[in-house]
Amino acid sequence: MKPWIKPLFFLLCLSPMGWIVGNALWGDLGANPVETVTFQTGDWALRLLLLTLALSPLRRITGWSGWIRLRRMAGLFVYFYASSHFLIWFLADHALDPVSMWDDVTERPYIALGFSAWLLLAPLAITSTNGWIRRLGRRWKLLHRLVYPILALAVLHYLWLVKADYLLAGIHATLAALLLLWRVPGFGSLRSAWRVQPG
Amino acid sequence: MRVIKIRKASDCREQDVTPEAIYRQRRAFMKGSMLGAGLLLGSSPLQAALNITGYREKVVTVDEEITPFKDATRYNNFYEFGTGKSDPARNAGEFDTSDWKVTVSGECAKPGVLSLEDLIDNKDLEERIYRLRCVEAWSMVIPWIGVPLATLLKRFEPTSKAKYVAFRTLVDPERMPGQKRAVLDWPYREGLRIDEAMHPLTLIAVGMYGKPMPNQNGAPLRLVVPWKYGFKSIKSIVAIEFTEQQPQTTWNMQNPREYGFYSNVNPKVSHPRWSQARERRIGEFFKRKTLMFNGYEDEVASLYAGMDLKKYF
Repeated sequence: MKPWIKPLFFLLCLSPMGWIVGNALWGDLGANPVETVTFQTGDWALRLLLLTLALSPLRRITGWSGWIRLRRMAGLFVYFYASSHFLIWFLADHALDPVSMWDDVTERPYIALGFSAWLLLAPLAITSTNGWIRRLGRRWKLLHRLVYPILALAVLHYLWLVKADYLLAGIHATLAALLLLWRVPGFGSLRSAWRVQPG
Repeated sequence: MRVIKIRKASDCREQDVTPEAIYRQRRAFMKGSMLGAGLLLGSSPLQAALNITGYREKVVTVDEEITPFKDATRYNNFYEFGTGKSDPARNAGEFDTSDWKVTVSGECAKPGVLSLEDLIDNKDLEERIYRLRCVEAWSMVIPWIGVPLATLLKRFEPTSKAKYVAFRTLVDPERMPGQKRAVLDWPYREGLRIDEAMHPLTLIAVGMYGKPMPNQNGAPLRLVVPWKYGFKSIKSIVAIEFTEQQPQTTWNMQNPREYGFYSNVNPKVSHPRWSQARERRIGEFFKRKTLMFNGYEDEVASLYAGMDLKKYF
């Protein structure tokens, strides 16, 4: 893999936060900046989660194994945006009051879903180091299958908060469904059909 | 302390009248902010011909900071022009409201089809600074210009069978591009009980911030019911009907569990998506407490005496 690929990927993943911070400092986040930041960080957490899960199909389709070496960084950025999403909500909506926050979690199912997704991401982020991969061995793979329920929770969290216009949430949900279907064992023949034949 | 003061224009005290220097400064600011807005607000041929100058200032006011004009005109829920908050400002610029007609029908002695100029008498125009509380838990303070709905409705001589008033927004997907998708069951419909409609706080607004109503805020005429969630204040009205039965209302049709016919602002009745106990005032970072009936409890609570507001939400 070319040495500039990882730094470039890092900058690409960071650019949505760059947009947020840049607009907060020198630009304009709109009439409701808190809402803008909440929506942007939530959107990007989900989009990067979809990207993380698209990397192994991408390897299969393109035959380039470099995609997989971007997966840890992409996953950590998911946690970065999901945590920013949680923090702006906890700070601006609940003034860092854990009781007020917990009431919101227990009263509103869509918040409970998103909150659970964020909690489940933590062990994955912590065990993403080489040391933990070695230490956990086979169990590491098992643990990191949590990413599938996390994706389901995140998509439901999004769908459930829509008032009427399901277009954007529906696009994300469709992509998520495709990425999950790809991993169903019966779809093996479909996957090999995609494989690039060595020339 | 009563925050809302309903006064006759003749009761206007000296300190209520804006000093001319400040007034002119505001006008200059408005002009400045309009340079970018182009057609939206200038006296363009696309706009209804109603002259809104000469209104009585601050007939009802509130002791809170007015939301900047810029925010009130770029953060709108008006699905007829798109479901994003900035879509209406982007898509409503070309909306032609000249030659606007409003059909008044139903249980009344004098139904008719009226032009905006026939419907609104300039002499009745008042400025009213109201809180606006959206069901999505954000709020603004907006200086509307309009006439009390009661004044307007009485001309049609509603009969004793007129128990409700129903309103409808224009349907015209060519002019309202958001209607090309069936996001809601068009036309947008709203309704009030007749006593709510006749309440002195209920307003038909034709302008705001001293200007004709911007398209994205519901030009050329819209309802303003300050003690109810914002979606009750239907925009770009083309039909008013007096009915005996409770009319269908759009968000109630969309999701009856979440949006009631009354939809009075009530911090004690929780919504499945948004806690209604608090709200974010546009321009503020933290949330503030939501007031019962959006702070208009003294004026309107009697309308609902004896009603279970958890059941009739």
